[in-house]
Amino acid sequence: MVQMNDVRMVYDSSGTEALNDVDLEINEGEFVFLVGPSGSGKTTIIKLLTGEVQAKQGEISVNGFDLRRIKRRKLPQLRRTLGVIFQDFRLIDKMTVYENVAFAMRVVGASGRAISERVPYVLELVGLKGREKRHPKELSGGEQQRVAIARALVNSPRMIIADEPTGNLDPVRSLEIMLLLEKINELGTTVLVVTHEKELVNAFSKRVVAIDGGHIISDGMDGYYSYEIE
Amino acid sequence: MRLNSIGYLIKSGFKGIFSHGLMSFATVAIIMACLIIMGAFSLLVVNINDMIAGLEEESNVVVAFIDENLSREEAIALEPAILAVPNVDSVQFVTREEAADDFQADYDEALFDVITDDTFRDRYVVQLQDISLMEQTRTDLYAVDGVAKVNAHLEYAEGFITARNIVSIISLILIVILIVVSFFIMTNTIKLATFTRREEIAIMKMVGASNGFIRCPFIVEGLILGLLGGGLAFLAEWGLYGLVASELVGGLTGTFISVVPFSEVCWPLLAAFMGVGVLVGVFGGSSAIRNYLKV
Ligand SMILES: Nc1ncnc2c1ncn2[C@@H]1O[C@H](COP(=O)(O)OP(=O)(O)OP(=O)(O)O)[C@@H](O)[C@H]1O
Ligand SMILES: [Mg+2]
Repeated sequence: MVQMNDVRMVYDSSGTEALNDVDLEINEGEFVFLVGPSGSGKTTIIKLLTGEVQAKQGEISVNGFDLRRIKRRKLPQLRRTLGVIFQDFRLIDKMTVYENVAFAMRVVGASGRAISERVPYVLELVGLKGREKRHPKELSGGEQQRVAIARALVNSPRMIIADEPTGNLDPVRSLEIMLLLEKINELGTTVLVVTHEKELVNAFSKRVVAIDGGHIISDGMDGYYSYEIE
Repeated sequence: MRLNSIGYLIKSGFKGIFSHGLMSFATVAIIMACLIIMGAFSLLVVNINDMIAGLEEESNVVVAFIDENLSREEAIALEPAILAVPNVDSVQFVTREEAADDFQADYDEALFDVITDDTFRDRYVVQLQDISLMEQTRTDLYAVDGVAKVNAHLEYAEGFITARNIVSIISLILIVILIVVSFFIMTNTIKLATFTRREEIAIMKMVGASNGFIRCPFIVEGLILGLLGGGLAFLAEWGLYGLVASELVGGLTGTFISVVPFSEVCWPLLAAFMGVGVLVGVFGGSSAIRNYLKV
């Protein structure tokens, strides 16, 4: 599913070495937390997986695409196998909940019929039934993030990647979102969640990959802060 | 690309125009303004050229006087020989009596006693093709047997050549500058209009829309805005031209000013406006999103 070998990443603009010597393997159906302090390289890993930035060194493969050799016009195909979620939701304010989700299907060429079958199903799955006609501004943060999750799910990706999906939410909403992601994982989608929230991570017994200073420093089932940050 | 996608792309191009009403309005307004200025200037040049051409034609004439020893019949028989001279467009034979009548019509009666028919000679009024060859043509006409003298206003000819050159050079420079500036302004307005859409584009990229799919609605939108701007500019130019023309003709009758009727320039103008509109729309629309597509 995801395979990173000896990956090194440097941002040319600042010369920052964001990752060095990273090895990471995620298998089909797994649920993985990626944790680490600010600036440790978590978002950089996600950008590498979605093809937004290119590694300087090493091998990366995602859902069968070799990201060191992928052609730019093949990137959309890779991205259709991934559902990405961000801290700031990134919804289109002038569209309704329904339209925001349908938009993601439409722009990859889905038929009107497929859209009208799939969107209500996904909205129900994330618990937004009855909210279809609202605009993002008329929803709570937790509900907005559910719209974003529905949008990520709607094209049936093989993997969901979430970059601090609960960063803007209170603890109860955060837990609800995490439970939703767990449910999605149980339905068969691989999930990778970036977060700094210790309690949240430790509330689940999942695989936790810890990164610091661009290096992976632990990888196991024993929760956040099983290592010393300082 | 599937059929329902094509429908969607065209529809979302149209929808984009309305959902970004203010930017679309600004784009159309800028395209219109640029085209109207460009068009007004081009029409001015067309009219100046037309006036120069009119005056030039009047002056593009030499008079070949016929040897007095030739009879009227012999003089008339010279016509083919004169027509055969290079650069001669047409000739008109004028008898000495006709010339005297013309003269009397133009001048004071006091001179009539002095001037008799004998004072005049039979002549050919020769219309030339190219005014810049007048001097050569005068020499050639003079070489024709039976032509005694050729009158040509070379100084007028030179004046027209200079005037025409100056007008062409200045108008060419100004039109090129106007086109470049307008193109820059128009495409940048479209770019600005799409700047407000970068979030939408980022989301499309994120969910895996192909570049072609993302680009298409913007091109459709640019195309529509360009056509709209071109069409409206044409109508505005039409009204404006009619207004200025009637003002000029009404206010300045009797002067040498004449106005080219709009019907004579309307098709080229429409084609130019629509062409520039389409070009600017498509080029602006596609270059506007090129930056966002790189990610
Ligand atoms: N676009 C960029 N250009 C230059 N440097 C960058 C860029 N993005 C990130 N960096 C640098 O790369 C390093 C890793 O950044 P990254 O965004 O991966 O951290 P992170 O773990 O996601 O942090 P946070 O928890 O604060 O989101 C940091 O030192 C950061 O300053
Ligand atoms: Mg980050």
